[in-house]
Amino acid sequence: MKNSRLHMLVCGGTGCESQDSNKLVNALNLVLDKYGYKDEVEVIKTGCFGFCEKGPIIKVQPDDIFYVEVKPKDAKRIVEEHVIKGRKVEDLLYNEPVKKEKVERQHDMSFYKKQVRIALRNCGLINPENIEEYIAVDGYLALGNVLTTMTPMEVIELVKESGLRGRGGGGFPTGYKWELTYQNKNDLKFIICNADEGDPGAFMDRSILEGDPHSVLEAMAIAGYAIGAEKGYIYIRAEYPLAIHRLNIAISQARELGLLGTRLFDTDFNFDIELKYGAGAFVCGEETALINSVEGGRGEPNAKPPFPAESGLWNRPSCVNNVETFANIPPIILKGPKWFSGIGTEKSKGTKVFALAGKVNNVGLVEVPMGTKLRDIIYEIGGGVRDNLKLKAVQTGGPSGGCITEEELDIPIDYDSLKSIGSMMGSGGMIVMDEKDCMVNISKFYLEFTEEESCGKCTPCRIGNKRLHEILTKITNGEGTEEDLERLVTLGDMIKDSSLCGLGQTSPNPVLSTLKHFREEYLEHVVNKNCPAGVCKGLSKKKPVNKQ
Amino acid sequence: MKSLEELKAIREKAMKKLNVRTAGEEEIKILVGMGTCGISAGARETLTAMVEEINNRNLQNVVISQVGCLGNCFGEPIVQVNIPNQKSILYGKVTPAKGKKIIEKHILNGEILEDLIIGEAFH
Amino acid sequence: MKDYVKVSINDKEVTVPREYTILNAAVEAGVKIPTLCHLDLHDMKMVNRTASCRVCMVEVKDRPNLAPACATPVNDGMIIRTDTMRAITARRMSVELLLSNHPTDCLICPRNRRCELQALAQELSIREISYSGQMNEFHIDSSSQAVVKHQNKCILCRRCETACNEVQTCGILSALNRGFETIVGPAFNLPMVETSCTYCGQCVAVCPTAALTEVNHVPKVWEALRDPERYVVVQTAPAIRVAIGELFGMEPGTIVTGKLAAALRRLGFNQVFDTDFGADVTIIEEAKEFIHRIENGGKLPMLTSCCPAWVSFIEHQFPDLVDVPSTCKSPHIMTGTIIKTYFAEKNNIDPSKITVVSIMPCVAKKAEAARTELSIDEHDNVDIVITTRELGDMLKEAGIDFDKLPDEDYDHPLGESTGASVIFGTTGGVIEAAIRTVYEWMTEKELEDVEFHDLRGFKGIREAVVPINGEDIRIGIAHGLGNARHLLEEIRSGKSHYHAIEIMACPGGCIGGGGQPYHWGNEEVVKKRQQAIYQEDRNKKVRKSHENTEVLKMYENYLGEPYGELAHKLLHTKFEAKERI
Repeated sequence: MKNSRLHMLVCGGTGCESQDSNKLVNALNLVLDKYGYKDEVEVIKTGCFGFCEKGPIIKVQPDDIFYVEVKPKDAKRIVEEHVIKGRKVEDLLYNEPVKKEKVERQHDMSFYKKQVRIALRNCGLINPENIEEYIAVDGYLALGNVLTTMTPMEVIELVKESGLRGRGGGGFPTGYKWELTYQNKNDLKFIICNADEGDPGAFMDRSILEGDPHSVLEAMAIAGYAIGAEKGYIYIRAEYPLAIHRLNIAISQARELGLLGTRLFDTDFNFDIELKYGAGAFVCGEETALINSVEGGRGEPNAKPPFPAESGLWNRPSCVNNVETFANIPPIILKGPKWFSGIGTEKSKGTKVFALAGKVNNVGLVEVPMGTKLRDIIYEIGGGVRDNLKLKAVQTGGPSGGCITEEELDIPIDYDSLKSIGSMMGSGGMIVMDEKDCMVNISKFYLEFTEEESCGKCTPCRIGNKRLHEILTKITNGEGTEEDLERLVTLGDMIKDSSLCGLGQTSPNPVLSTLKHFREEYLEHVVNKNCPAGVCKGLSKKKPVNKQ
Repeated sequence: MKSLEELKAIREKAMKKLNVRTAGEEEIKILVGMGTCGISAGARETLTAMVEEINNRNLQNVVISQVGCLGNCFGEPIVQVNIPNQKSILYGKVTPAKGKKIIEKHILNGEILEDLIIGEAFH
Repeated sequence: MKDYVKVSINDKEVTVPREYTILNAAVEAGVKIPTLCHLDLHDMKMVNRTASCRVCMVEVKDRPNLAPACATPVNDGMIIRTDTMRAITARRMSVELLLSNHPTDCLICPRNRRCELQALAQELSIREISYSGQMNEFHIDSSSQAVVKHQNKCILCRRCETACNEVQTCGILSALNRGFETIVGPAFNLPMVETSCTYCGQCVAVCPTAALTEVNHVPKVWEALRDPERYVVVQTAPAIRVAIGELFGMEPGTIVTGKLAAALRRLGFNQVFDTDFGADVTIIEEAKEFIHRIENGGKLPMLTSCCPAWVSFIEHQFPDLVDVPSTCKSPHIMTGTIIKTYFAEKNNIDPSKITVVSIMPCVAKKAEAARTELSIDEHDNVDIVITTRELGDMLKEAGIDFDKLPDEDYDHPLGESTGASVIFGTTGGVIEAAIRTVYEWMTEKELEDVEFHDLRGFKGIREAVVPINGEDIRIGIAHGLGNARHLLEEIRSGKSHYHAIEIMACPGGCIGGGGQPYHWGNEEVVKKRQQAIYQEDRNKKVRKSHENTEVLKMYENYLGEPYGELAHKLLHTKFEAKERI
């Protein structure tokens, strides 16, 4: 094996690929070849670095230089300057927006400084299409240890002790979920990976699957061993072609090396994984809906109980975990539960990946310890609100989350604190809004989404959300009344209280939380027919008189 | 996959390649000056020889990196050795053979090659 | 031993089996929880537990949200309240939301005053709809001869889907689209007529509103009755006489044969005949065919062919097996044929002037009557089919006080029937009637006990062995198309060991037909009809089809040999494989 002295890690995530990172890789190879440096320098397409705002990204190792917004035409300069002459290409370095200075190294960038990467540990480091690189970073070692030295119950206890909770939104303790499935005896059980990432704007699962697919495969095998399943399914949306491509490569490589298949590590344990494609329905993130879809039925939820742990896929005990949850498993096994539970808050351990978006300077995927303050995420990692506008709210938890205001920015965020302030963790969407955003319009926007994504099964979600949306439309058209605000609350509460699945149980959150925090703005709309943010057409656009 | 040993064997092999990428603060760094003067004086050959030597000796904690002109053009090719918590040493007129010797003596055995030193290191 | 748990509902403690739902427990506690989508016909294996309407929401202590009583299992120490403001508000709002997207044309709706949504709105005293808004406007699917799908009236309880997919395994109806646009319909929302629907009507039988109804043929019957040129003959299926009383407030299982004949006569029919006559003819033909198949090494098992939904099912779903059923036409089609040939000839009536109306417990009979291959001499055997429910509507419209009618007899000669033909109305009846005849014909001995209890009951698939002449005749019975599918798959794989199989598409047979008075989710209603059918059999002096004197007279004077040439031409048909959609 030829060991090159320089590695150029080029981001191959969907975001950077759409910005021609593929062409960049080709251009780099072409120029290197031309100058005769092909043997000394290796160009590697990695998974997502998370800093999608500034893609395509190249990290040069071991020099530890981080180039941003690199175009294919920059390949020549990078080779001529950096490779041949050992000089950094200054204008491709990241320009820190707050301090207004160039930063060379990734860990000096404010975007990365406060991040702790566990789930995303290998994204941007290894070539996801090469199983050996995954093995080089201790890949499949956790599986090997588990299979050769631990009993299923020991694995479950370990995961329980780590305090890991489901990263898909529910926050259910993962180890406990495994234990429930373990306890239901059956000759056939299933592990299902929920890769039906449906929140608009959230793409952490996609990034993990694209950048580190083996970590999910390995974790699924570990989970399969723990609960007694020999078959795993990854339910992935068909709109993720790159992730599917890399998963397929990863599965066949793992099979080739005997890391999937029969008698793994010469034990009695067999495990294999199959992909199932979803059509990208938001509701299929709900586990019973997902299971119906895997079975080939309509993607709509069932009443629980029975829970999948008792009767899931094809009525067999099944355990559904989300991609990010799985990605945390191998390090937990290798570094121990105490290491993991040492990160985070009392009830939420480890890290969480957020998809930071909206009116913030640094848009991208960020992984931070549970308990990090929203303020740190937005102002340090995110580089603050764009154009120096005033922050109005942060929407977390995707379309069914709630809005958080400036006053709440210093609350350490975890599952429970977010819930207590009327929002939720969800799958980790985080959208920053500034004073030019109209909160009534925002909640109307989210409802439009959930209304359309409702499976239509239960009455409150199917008709209730439609009615909520109609009332909001009425308000944004300047036809609302104060009474409508009460109607929103009554109906919203009822939908949350009575809906069949998590979609309906959370869909009124954006309306209810904005009504709570921005009641004045709603009142402006219905009483003075005024939209202070100037978003709602047909209403006037005056700053409201401050009544405080 | 039959055993943990088999997996670890694959890992050992693959890690060599990834060593360059996972370089951290605690590693020994060898900087080779690659300004125009350095290149014309044969810095690239020295660099290649040293990379080869590191690979051959399977040194996991050493990374070799190129830098721009180190400012001592009279002494090219120039090589700087940074060992954590030690004073950086700047060597001059390092031919490929001398480069290999630096690795053998300085890096491996901690013997500084006094006769090759040409001045104070800057960083 | 059963496992019991203690729960408290509105402060009342009850001890109930662990597998109970909150709804079951509430019944024990004497607490009424309103429901809408829920339906539990346990013995018919029709349990709709979609928990989709969210009407039965109750408060459970320590549960963050409300629980649907119909689908939430109890657990020990559960504390449930059905009477809190929160539960009541949620319940009412669910109904209000449903009403906000439901047409308000109750006054002219076919389900007016027998609509479960309407009843619920009344029960909850809903006086206004707080959240009105856009209503869906879907087109009405009246493409078929049997079932009308009025999507605007659908409340998405999904009972029809459960009936169609789980009970009948036809898989025609399922939910389509998402959100507010969600509907129930065939794949790609095809018109019903383009699907493999058997028109069994079980979807109609369980629909709580008028989203699925039978095609209304009442106006056509009125038109015929009022046309002085038409000679209008009516026939009634066996299962009508044990069910129609329910429409006039009588107890389920009340036998009203005499009142039924009287009522039809008052409506103005020229002749009131009985499909039982055709059923006896069916037995004679079928028994002959069966003996013929046994003696000549013909295809076995032989399957009954009285049920048109079942025939349609095999044509679409098992096209390779279409030669298995008996070639006999169904009893009412036979009666229709006999009316327009034998009866018309004997009474010198131009058959083209005769309108035959069949009163059927069935929706599929409407589609069957429209099958052109069943026509003889270019006129339909049966012109109009109406269901038990439709007849009830006609009698009410005509102001006939059913309850007070005297008992009258059916008309001569096609009103004569036997006990054997009466039991056609229940699952197991056709095959029992056939055995009574086959036994006597094959053994040439008199059957002392005509009741074959092994063939009776409510179990989905039953089997019995009847020794005839030292040979064991193995009989299989299935009701409900899901059970039928099971037997057909056995036949297809060559595992079937039966000589004869009776299949009825509807759970319970015709007594549970899609055209019968609604059972309101109470399977006891259907069971009581079954008991009444067997009672009616016992009431008959003649209990074997081959002893029906008028039938025998017809063979002697007109048809000739049973299973002979003319009988073949008039009374038999053939089935064809159909494309499955």
